[in-house]
Amino acid sequence: MNEATKATTTYDEAIHRNGRAWMAVAIAIILGVPLAISLYLDVWPPLGRLAAALLPTIMVFWPIAIVEVITFTPMLGSGGTYLGFVTGNLSNLKVPAAIAAMQSAGVEPSTKEGEIVSTLAIGASSLVTNAVLLAGVLLMSYLLPVLESPTLKPAFANLLPALFGALGVVFISRNWKLSIAPLALMIGLFVAMPTAPVGILIPAGAIVSIGVARLLYTRHLL
Amino acid sequence: MTDPRNSPFMYAIGAFVALFVTVQSLVFMIRAYREGKRLGLSAATMRKAIVGSASFSVVPSIAILLAVLTLSGALGLPLPWIRLSVVGAITYELPAAETAAQAFGASIKSAITDPVVFSAIAWAMSIGCVFAMFLVIFFSKGIQSGIHKAQLKDSVWSGLLISAMFMGLISAFLGSALGGGLVSILTLLSSAATMGVFGLLIKKAKLTSLENFAMPVSMIVGMAAAAVYTSIAGGRTI
Repeated sequence: MNEATKATTTYDEAIHRNGRAWMAVAIAIILGVPLAISLYLDVWPPLGRLAAALLPTIMVFWPIAIVEVITFTPMLGSGGTYLGFVTGNLSNLKVPAAIAAMQSAGVEPSTKEGEIVSTLAIGASSLVTNAVLLAGVLLMSYLLPVLESPTLKPAFANLLPALFGALGVVFISRNWKLSIAPLALMIGLFVAMPTAPVGILIPAGAIVSIGVARLLYTRHLL
Repeated sequence: MTDPRNSPFMYAIGAFVALFVTVQSLVFMIRAYREGKRLGLSAATMRKAIVGSASFSVVPSIAILLAVLTLSGALGLPLPWIRLSVVGAITYELPAAETAAQAFGASIKSAITDPVVFSAIAWAMSIGCVFAMFLVIFFSKGIQSGIHKAQLKDSVWSGLLISAMFMGLISAFLGSALGGGLVSILTLLSSAATMGVFGLLIKKAKLTSLENFAMPVSMIVGMAAAAVYTSIAGGRTI
């Protein structure tokens, strides 16, 4: 094994080892918050009712979590995945931020360079969110009337279409042959099920997109 | 006794969580930057990734702040701040809090004053979101090495595989925007058109200095268009 390969392997190994450690600490902190609240207030919600409260959330969001881990991990790279899944707001911020940064830097996901750019982008994005939230918490009484004004409310309610409209143009122009099948599927699904949750749309889009890409590749059409 | 939802104790937890996320981000960024230099990535490329992502993230972060403020009426300010700083997502926290509140005969449409309900909501929001983190701990390395093996086997196909996965993901979000109604579709088209103009200016007119602003400006134009369309519709959801 040459020196360069060894150094990259060392980085990969270290990212997985450190990433898992940070993740374990983050889980302890997340579960430590309600524990601290219960200890501080000396109140313990009855387990049966807590389970009933959790069940609908688990049924909807845990399958989405499985889809997100399978889909986002190859795109974000190891460092980006460990950081992104701790700092959260993945589909509405971290994933688009990483995609845009890799596209702008001209690097591909799942490459060594893509891994670096994605991690830097997710880290920077997370720092900005933290700063904005901190400023918002400190200045809440001044910000609330502005952000909740009838003029600005619809603007923020439509953040995701605004974000993915711009991102869609970038990727469709780069891979227009790959985009036809998943976009046609989405239009079809929209006609059949206008309010299908994104948790269904992501695996459906990914499976069809990969299947058609494989077909085009094996027939030398790409 | 002060309102427990907004007590100094809760703010102290919030500050600790924000500090943890900040430190982790900095540690990962420093490591990635050093590895990038070793791989031969230029400092300018890496700085561009950091600055570009930071400017891209301002507007979506304000939307996340709005979600914190929305939840603060019921849960106080610190708990939504904590939940949206670590693992949280707008799409998850609101339904998780409301489902938990309903199981205890309450609703987040009004202030949660009962400490039992407040703590139950905190437990439900926290337990529900850690599942993905366990998945990452146990499966992320396996997924990455699977991709690596595919790259060694057929590098052209593995590149296409990742691109196809990207397209699937992006089309899913475009599809979900279609389901949001006419304003949502018009917003999507407005931001796409703005990005198209930027693309032409960057590629044809060689205005490469616009690259860092193209995404955030297109997003803001789309959002401004949403406000205009809604006001044309007289504030109705269309």
